[in-house]
Amino acid sequence: MAPVKLYALSTCGHCRNTKKFLDECEISYDLVEVDLLEGQEREDILEEIKRISQQCAFPTIVIGEKVIVGFHEDRIREALGL
Amino acid sequence: MSQVEKLYESLKKLQEPKGYFFNPDKDLVFDLLRGLLTNKERYGYMSCPCRLAQADRDKDRDIICPCEYREPDVSEYGACYCALYVSKDVLEGKASKVQVPERRPRELMAF
Repeated sequence: MAPVKLYALSTCGHCRNTKKFLDECEISYDLVEVDLLEGQEREDILEEIKRISQQCAFPTIVIGEKVIVGFHEDRIREALGL
Repeated sequence: MSQVEKLYESLKKLQEPKGYFFNPDKDLVFDLLRGLLTNKERYGYMSCPCRLAQADRDKDRDIICPCEYREPDVSEYGACYCALYVSKDVLEGKASKVQVPERRPRELMAF
């Protein structure tokens, strides 16, 4: 299974729905809640998000090489091979 | 009544006459309202729960809920960026919700 990384905001309902979906599918993932980060760590993560998605929106989910912005369950399922 | 339920009732009364209705997905709505209350505690204002705030009221002015983009987004897509508010048609199932793209100009994001 390709590595999964989720960039989210702790206050965003769509991010929560994405987490819920991944948990229900028993997918392990690296979660980064950007609004809880500070200083250089936050800056670095924001640069990372911009580099991989050319924008800065949440949720942004990376599945292997695929980047999906927003909670699109069908596209996430497909990228996970489910 | 909990704080989030009070917020729900007060906003509902305020916003519906203006043509903005809460998303029928009540779990999502309560999640987003909790996000607004969290941001109010953090920053002193209800910054949009689905956008990264900059903890500066002036820089975040356009995304203080209801954000400046709600009106054009609801009229064009039937929902605001967060899908907290939807149009009457979407509420009544006459139109379907779509994922609303970010309308906010990049230069306002400042990152």
